[in-house]
This record gives sequence, structure tokens and C-alpha cells, in this order.
Amino acid sequence: MGIYILKRILSLLPVLFVVSVVIFGIVHLTPGDPASYMLGEEASPEQVNELREELGLNDPIPVQYLNWLGGVVQGDFGDSYFMNQSVLDAIFSHIGPTLSLAIVAEIIALSISIPIGIVAAIKRGTATDQSVMVVSLMGMAIPSFLLALFLALIFGVQLGWLPVAGYQPLSNGLWNHLQYLILPAISLGAIQAALIARMTRASMLEVLNTDYIKMARSKGMKERTVIYSHALKNAFLPILTVIGATFGALVTGAVVTETIFNIPGIGQLIINSIERRDYTIIQGIVLFVTLIYVTINLIIDLLYGFIDPRVRLDSK
Amino acid sequence: MTTELLNVEQLRTHFFTEKGTVTAVDDVSFTIHEGEIVGLVGESGCGKSVTSQSIMRLYDEYMVEYEGKIEFNGDNLLNYPIKKMQKIRGDAISMIFQDPLSSLNPVFTIGKQIAEPLMLHHKKSKKEAYERAVELLALTGIPSPEKRVHEYPHQLSGGMRQRAMIAVTLACEPRLLIADEPTTALDVTIQAQILNLMRDLNNKLQMGIIFITHDLGVVAELCDRVMVMYLGQIVEEADVKTLFEKPLHPYTRGLIKSIPQMTGERKSELSVIKGNVPSLTNKPKGCRFSTRCEFADEKCLEEMPPLKTHSDTKKVRCWHYEEIIAREEGGHVHASST
Repeated sequence: MGIYILKRILSLLPVLFVVSVVIFGIVHLTPGDPASYMLGEEASPEQVNELREELGLNDPIPVQYLNWLGGVVQGDFGDSYFMNQSVLDAIFSHIGPTLSLAIVAEIIALSISIPIGIVAAIKRGTATDQSVMVVSLMGMAIPSFLLALFLALIFGVQLGWLPVAGYQPLSNGLWNHLQYLILPAISLGAIQAALIARMTRASMLEVLNTDYIKMARSKGMKERTVIYSHALKNAFLPILTVIGATFGALVTGAVVTETIFNIPGIGQLIINSIERRDYTIIQGIVLFVTLIYVTINLIIDLLYGFIDPRVRLDSK
Repeated sequence: MTTELLNVEQLRTHFFTEKGTVTAVDDVSFTIHEGEIVGLVGESGCGKSVTSQSIMRLYDEYMVEYEGKIEFNGDNLLNYPIKKMQKIRGDAISMIFQDPLSSLNPVFTIGKQIAEPLMLHHKKSKKEAYERAVELLALTGIPSPEKRVHEYPHQLSGGMRQRAMIAVTLACEPRLLIADEPTTALDVTIQAQILNLMRDLNNKLQMGIIFITHDLGVVAELCDRVMVMYLGQIVEEADVKTLFEKPLHPYTRGLIKSIPQMTGERKSELSVIKGNVPSLTNKPKGCRFSTRCEFADEKCLEEMPPLKTHSDTKKVRCWHYEEIIAREEGGHVHASST
């Protein structure tokens, strides 16, 4: 198992390399110039050029790339052009809210979607099943920013139960922390919940039709044992894949929601950085997010092995 | 005659589908005695699997309706609430399925799957149940059972999986074992081993076995009695010897004729039953076999023949079987004299 994990980690390197080339290329080839943003509109072309020279932006792009990559390999992602801090510091000061939001959203999504997916599968074809399917379709169809606005309007403005926007770190108390996250987490988690519920239903339906479920029933197993032990453990593999994919999307895709609820997360950081052409920050965030994505995928694969002996024993 | 174990009377199994109600088993009656191996034979889709799963009531209750009686030890299983049915399943009646790979749960060890019914029905502790699981694996002839008990289905070969499944079904020493094509998915050599195993177990444990198959060779090998099914009905019932020596129903005769013969010249064409099995939604009005029977007349097309008792051990569902046999035998005499 140890060798397997090592192999998987090594196989991540090419992915990160390709992503670094692509993101560097995109950032540097899009029009716009950090130097002129930094100096403002009144700056003369000579001043701008001087600053560009100073930042190394006049070097050929491959040279700039290698300079940057050389730093990254040593753990130095460079400094922000605008904020008085290094890229890593900037990312770490913004990742907390994003991760908190993603985790709360995922917990909400899972605790709703898996039970209703199972119920829909057991009661397939009934009114219960159909309403689950309709609601989940709506959940997927409603854009999260719209849901976010509705939620803020109803629970924040009208009822006043929860704050409309803002953020409190966990160090200010759990409830303080959570109450700011509930509304954005619901609006983010709705789509994930819908996806996971549908996947749970489909996967359970497939498993419930298999011979080994019939076999379990023919052994006299109670229906509860059949469903929650025999069926769910098998049905969970595809569900796990969706959970992994959606969690990755939560970490990286919360840009709009973070803006609406004014949460100082990665989303806000990247939006501001793109606007200012803060190259190092953009590159740093994209690489960091890629790392999160592939790490989640790795964890999911390891969980696969944990659940399914066929995966576990083959990878030995 | 030994004691009656299972008595199925006029069983009808209806499925509610989108296209309307489909009757997959239509007026099936038979009896199984203790220690007896009875073959249930027919082409795919004739209702033999549905019959067996109806006995265990394995279909989702909302999509199926049963009519008639399934008496086991004198109690009608169709009147049991599902909880009581669960107590019977895996304990007094158990079932072997066709494909041992797809019928064993891939994420549980063999040991757990054998131990489950023991812990459930016989209230054995986990330790006792696993010890018994090792014994059962040994009984079915699996080498190094104490190692295999901790393995997963995909680590076993096809033949071993089927033995493991037999071990699962034997765990609680059932009085009735339903084997639904247990050898179909296996190699011929493994098939023979499994058949021998089942005969041995039957001798040792004296349980009744319903052996479902489409392979007449297997029936001849293993069974005491045979029931031939066609399109949801039993068309002929007989003890094995007379069924092969003197089949009565035109369908059975066709089936037996279509077994390839290894003796004599191999020039003659293989005999086949013409046409296809009609679908369950489009059953012939009269005799179910009338659309494929070369002897069918007006009466056959219009009226369903009853299952007639021909002798003590034989029953047949055909209007004209006596004439047909007489005519065919006459024909043979005629043919050989020219």
C-alpha cells in the first residue's frame, strides 16, 4: 500500500507541470500589464518600462517561466505585485474561509442527499421517488448565485435569523463562525446535494437489482441489513467519485458565492488578482487549487481501496 | 413414500409491468418430498426461475401478485407476513443461484457471507459462525478452508465460488434447497464435480432439492423426478427413467430428440423444435405449445389441455399424446420396413 501511495504521488508531478505551463502561458499572453496598473494612469511609458524591467517582465516568456519554476520547486512562489506579502502568505490567509465553507457545504449536501437518494431508490417509481427527482432537478437547475440571493433575502433580511453577509473566523467561536457560513453553504451545497442524490439513487437502483442482493434476501437478511450493509457498501463507490469531484468544485468554484456573501476566501483573492494582473498570485492560486484537486482525487482512490477489496488487493 | 415437504398448488405469478399484467407462472402444481431431487426443465423464459423465486417470494411485493398455494411443512407461505418469510429464507429453504460470481457480494469475505445466516437464524456468536463456515467450506471440498474463509469472492476460481455459494446455502441445514441452474456458468469438469457434491450432500443431509436446469443431460445424471415447463406451465411430469425412455408430450419428445447423439453416423441433421417460444404477453389461446407443435389441430388452438394423470408417476398436458405416440411409433415401423 505504501508503494502504491508513493507511485500515485509521483504520478501527480507531470499533472502539476502541465498545469504550470498552461497557466503561465495564459496569464502572460492575455493583454494587460501589472506595471501600468501599479503605477496608475498618469505614469509615462518610460516609467512603466522601467518597472517592467525591474519585475523581469521584459525577459522572454520561457526565461520568465524558468525563473518562476525555479522558485516554485524550492517552495518560493514569489511575491504579490500589489499586496505586501508573499504568494503563499496570501493564499494561506484566504484558504481558511474557503475550506470552512466547502466543508460545511459538503456536510449539508451529504446529510441530505444520501438518505433521500436511498429512499428514492427503495421507493422507485412512487410519488416519493418522483418528487425527489423533481426537487433534485430543480437543485441542479437553479444557479447558486440566485439561490444565494433568495436565501440572503429571506433568512437574512426578512426573517433576520442569520447574518446577510460577512465572515468570522473559527477563533471567534464555533457558532459565530457557523452562522455566517450556513446560508452560503446551503446555496453552494444545493447543486452538490442534487448531484449526489441522483447518483445515490442511480447507483442504489443498480445494486439492488444484482444477484447478490437477491442472494442476501434469500438468506433471510432483514431488509435494513440488505440495504444499508449489502447494497450501500457496493453502491458507495460511484457516489464517492461524485463526492470527490463536487468537493473539488466547492473549494475552487465558490467565487460567486464568496463575492455575494462577502467571504474573504480564495475566490475573492483570485478575482481581485485577475483584475490587477497580479501574475504571481494567479499562478500560485491555480497551482495550489490543482494540488487540492489531485490530492482529493488521491484520497478518493485510497478510500476506494478501503471499501472495495478488489481495488485494495490488486494494488498490492 | 417419504414425507411431503413442499406442496405447490395452482400457483400463478403475475407481474405488474408498464405493458400490463404478465403471468409468468400459470397454474403450476407439484410436490417435493424429503430427500428427493426433482428437476425443473425448460427453455429460457419458460418460468422455471420465476417458479423457484415465487416459492421464496423474492420479488418485490408491490410488483407481483401470487395466486394459489405454496405449502411448506403444511403452512401456506403465501399467507406469511414478510417478517415470517425472512425467518424461513436461508434457514429452512435456501437457494443457489446461477452465476456464483455475481451472486456473492464482492465486498464481503466468503466467511462473513456464510456466517451471516448462522448468526441470524441460529443465533450463533461470530466466532462459532466462522468456525462453522470453515467446516462448511471443507464439506463442499474447498482446499485450505481456514484460509479461504477470509478471502473475497474475486480471489476464488469459478468452481470454488460455486462451492462457497453452496456452503452459504447449506449453512443452516435447509430442508429444501432450490438450485437455479447452479452448473450453467461452470466448465464441464467443474459441473461434474458440483453435481457429485450435490448428490453427496443430498445423501448426507436428506434435504429435498429442486434442481432447475435447461440441460437434460444434467437431469438424467442427478434427478429422481422431472417436471418439464413450457411458457409458464408444467407440460409433463415423470420419473427420470420413463421420461427419457418414453416421453409423452410432443415438447418433451422434441427436447429429447434435440440432444446430439454421439453414437452412429453423424450425417443426419440435428433435430430442432421449430419456431420460437412466444412471448408472455402474446400467449396462444389454447395449448401453449400449439404454435410450434406439428400435431396441433383446431382443439389445440382453442382449448387449453389439463394436466392429465397418465399413470402413478406420470402426468402430461396434451390433448392427443396417445394418438401421437401411436402414430409416431407406427411411422417408425413403416419407415424401417421400406
